[in-house]
Amino acid sequence: MEYKISNRLRIGAFVLIVLGLLGVGYGFMDANSVNEDNITEFLANEDHHDDAHAEEAYTDSHGETALHVEDNHGEEAHGTSHAEEGHGMSHEEHVLHQIHNRPWSALYIAAFFFFMIALGVLAFYAVQYVSQAGWSPVLFRVMEGITYYVLPGGIIVLLIAFFADSHLFVWLTDGMTTEGSENYDALVAGKSGWLNKPGFFIRGFIFLAGWSLYRYFSRKFSLAQDNANDNRNFKKNFRISAGFLVFFMYTESMMSWDWIMSVDPHWFSTLFGWYLLAGMLVCGITVIAMIAIYLKSKGLLEHVNDSHIHDLAKFMFGFSVFWTYLWFSQFMLIWYSNIPEEVTYFITRIEDYNLPFFGMIAMNFIFPLLLLMNSDFKRVNWFVIMAGVVILCGHYVDIFNMIMPATVGDRWFIGIPEIGSILLFGGIFLLVVFTALSKHPLLAKRSPFIEESKHFHY
Amino acid sequence: MEASKVIHAIYTDDDVLMSAVKTVRAEKHHIEEIYTPFPVHGLDKAMGLAPTRLAITAFIYGCIGITVATVMMNFIMIKDWPQDIGGKPSFSYLENLPAFVPIMFELTVFFAAHLMVITFYLRSRMWPFKKAENPDPRTTDDHFLMEIAVHNNEEALTNLLKNTGAVEINIVDKDEDAH
Repeated sequence: MEYKISNRLRIGAFVLIVLGLLGVGYGFMDANSVNEDNITEFLANEDHHDDAHAEEAYTDSHGETALHVEDNHGEEAHGTSHAEEGHGMSHEEHVLHQIHNRPWSALYIAAFFFFMIALGVLAFYAVQYVSQAGWSPVLFRVMEGITYYVLPGGIIVLLIAFFADSHLFVWLTDGMTTEGSENYDALVAGKSGWLNKPGFFIRGFIFLAGWSLYRYFSRKFSLAQDNANDNRNFKKNFRISAGFLVFFMYTESMMSWDWIMSVDPHWFSTLFGWYLLAGMLVCGITVIAMIAIYLKSKGLLEHVNDSHIHDLAKFMFGFSVFWTYLWFSQFMLIWYSNIPEEVTYFITRIEDYNLPFFGMIAMNFIFPLLLLMNSDFKRVNWFVIMAGVVILCGHYVDIFNMIMPATVGDRWFIGIPEIGSILLFGGIFLLVVFTALSKHPLLAKRSPFIEESKHFHY
Repeated sequence: MEASKVIHAIYTDDDVLMSAVKTVRAEKHHIEEIYTPFPVHGLDKAMGLAPTRLAITAFIYGCIGITVATVMMNFIMIKDWPQDIGGKPSFSYLENLPAFVPIMFELTVFFAAHLMVITFYLRSRMWPFKKAENPDPRTTDDHFLMEIAVHNNEEALTNLLKNTGAVEINIVDKDEDAH
């Protein structure tokens, strides 16, 4: 069945993009209205606003000293002279940095969030080929449509990283690796073999190139299979999918160190890559389910039945639990041993991000756990959509919790810059994905498993 | 009124059995029981059996399990003797929660799994010295047997079952003590 992107959808996407651009622009203007000249005034105003808040800010700055000992790690990283400089001066500079980092971080989080959906779908799609799944071929074209966003999304993420520079990645600050500089940080200097700007972008380019090449050829073979009279193209797809999965597991890990973990260059975690992968897969599968339900409601996916939705919902459920397992494993191991150099990561999150940090557990675990446990509910479309919306919001907050504490500290808020960025990249995502969906028929005609898939029932 | 006579129709193919079940049900005869050597996919649906509620009991047992774990550890570690063990905060359950999660998880699974299995045994009346209820030993190997009560309609039933492809039809007196 042929799909044509509706005008309403296209206009909607453009509206999102325009609103998003306005929000992002406002975010940057607002952040840059505070500068070296008026930061003191700004902070004073903030304290005067109401006494309760002032008091809070006051105790905060003291509580901070305790935190700062650990934070010194991150903070003092900026330079040994920092300590001599005295707290008053550095505090203002610090806050200024945080204010200026916020629109960049907001942009980066939203860009990465939508990129990771597409990448998760790409990995899931490769798994479907390699495992020769009999249920999913009717959904191949939906998955291929979503993975169109991998390349543009990845380029956007890298561009933001390039222009945000030290606003996001503290290790890009000038002089951090130069001995004798006031910004010198021995720990970052020790990691500069990996964490350096050319290395970051060369690796990023290799990751993106590898993923996009797989996507390009897989799509090509998948389309060629429609008009072939043997299964050669399917077999080719099987082989490159297997190869891609090996490549992907390595590069996804490294991507998670580079693009996410390096915002906290003093902190590291070994299972971080899998943790990110689990979140990615949940989001990807959720979006597959949502788009499939949407297209089905338009009568365009005649062979997709309740059982396909049921299977996708099972995957949403299972990967949500898997995500929680990894989240908890990472958290509990660090909480239990409580080693100062690792635990600061969670201390900042629990102290400054209490609601998002624990709220996302409710959204990403408890909600899908209770909602998607019942097998009848998994066949009810609006239930799956509802669970999907909560899961997607929860995983946005997950990425938010990874980036924001490192860049803006306790000056976070989900306000205009954040929502504007979500709208902007959401609009681009919708536009790219639905344009891609309308390029080819929505049924992979000659996939060897297509008959089985059409008659799939559970 | 419990029928004293039953008819045993034996089949050798599950597909034939399935269509036989549909025919017999369409003729409004009550199927007492079907014996098969392996699970026949869709047989319960064809027979019109009510879906199992075993999963619901498992969920309830899991809830009991997590409650047991929480109450137990809250009493032992927080209420009864809140020692300082390696600096773990034992002031409240919530503060030391991550350390308890593995046990809470395992007990949830333990209760859900074991109690559900026991429920299954009880509901399907299975225990070690239980007398087997096989009307025909071949039904554990490669034959399928459908049991239908006879209410003075032997002839009609026999003909009907013959037409559905039964390879053997026996009318037997039901031994009440066998159950």
